[in-house]
Amino acid sequence: MKITIPMNEQTLESGVCPSFGRAPYFLLYDTDTSESQWIVNSAAENAGGAGIAAAQLLADSGADALITPRCGENAEKVLSGAKIKVYRAMDGTAKENLEALAAGKLSPLSEFHAGFHGHGG
Amino acid sequence: MADKPLTVAVLSGKGGTGKTLVSVNLAAAAGDAVYLDCDVEEPNGHLFFKPEAAEEETVAVKIPQIDAALCTACRKCVEFCAFHALAFTGNHPMLFDEVCHSCGGCALLCPAKAIWETDKDVGTVSSGVSGGVNVFTGKLNIGEASGIAVIKRLLSKIPKSGNRPVFIDCPPGSACAVMESIQDADFCVLVAEPTIFGAHNLAMVYELVSLFHKPFGAVLNKCQTGENPSEAFCAEHRIPILGRIPFDAELGALNSDGRIAARESERYHALFGSLLEQIGKEARHETASDFKR
Repeated sequence: MKITIPMNEQTLESGVCPSFGRAPYFLLYDTDTSESQWIVNSAAENAGGAGIAAAQLLADSGADALITPRCGENAEKVLSGAKIKVYRAMDGTAKENLEALAAGKLSPLSEFHAGFHGHGG
Repeated sequence: MADKPLTVAVLSGKGGTGKTLVSVNLAAAAGDAVYLDCDVEEPNGHLFFKPEAAEEETVAVKIPQIDAALCTACRKCVEFCAFHALAFTGNHPMLFDEVCHSCGGCALLCPAKAIWETDKDVGTVSSGVSGGVNVFTGKLNIGEASGIAVIKRLLSKIPKSGNRPVFIDCPPGSACAVMESIQDADFCVLVAEPTIFGAHNLAMVYELVSLFHKPFGAVLNKCQTGENPSEAFCAEHRIPILGRIPFDAELGALNSDGRIAARESERYHALFGSLLEQIGKEARHETASDFKR
């Protein structure tokens, strides 16, 4: 299973990025091989539609699950279309979040915020 | 200037500063004029004008329609869309219509002809008459993200010839919708409040009109005795002050009653009349000096 997490830095020991669409990197962790891959989020600098484009990137990466503190409703539609399960991140490092998911301690993310569409950004 | 109407945009960095007060009263003082309410998210000029013989037209934008059965999953549309209004999941494109900018590129590009454009209603423009003033009101449908299409339709109502002045009541702030509203203006009026916050918001629109190389001047609203940070800002940046509106109970009472001060009070008819004259002078001066400041 491949798990993805929005990250500010390319290390498993750092915390989860609070933003989904505008995170600089995504960790793509393969639970079968314990290998980490880092995806540069090309959508982070987009004027609009960053969440949609970031979700597209993950859909194309073959991820099965996403751990994130928050996520917009547009991105959620793309993720669910790609059958990527979304879990709510807890405080702590990427490693701790991966361990928590493996232990069944993370709950699915159930609230998806409305887009900003140029008004909030 | 004789055969093209003078077009004046009234703007401010925040809501509640007095854009509608100034633009409605300028149009009323002019007597024979055109008023456009481009504050399409909350138009309120019509509450004062109460236009008669009002007619309403629908404003629609083009959005793509996708036939998933015809799609060959080439992803050309998704890769083309600069606004990321299209995503690709489950073997066909997914549309986010509120993100779409109606460019039509996806429909043009699709080799399978699986995409075509359809109309989506986003708002209305109504027109009516109040005294000698032609009143045009733009209204964005609730839930829509962008008022640009409604504003474009409003601006298309500006007469191409004649000498009736046109007053554009802009949306608040200095974002896309305001830029759209001022692009055809010959002159911009910046309405400012006498507070530190007001001066900060004045600075935002000052930056915008400077960027657009528009000639402009300021109207100081809600003036009282004592310090006026917006006036200080004008002095510092050599912004001409076109007029001052007092913080006054008579004006407040008329306005909150939905009445137009320039039509009901001699004092305010005179005040907005002289403001109008001042704007005319500045605009002519700017035209003569080739809009250079």
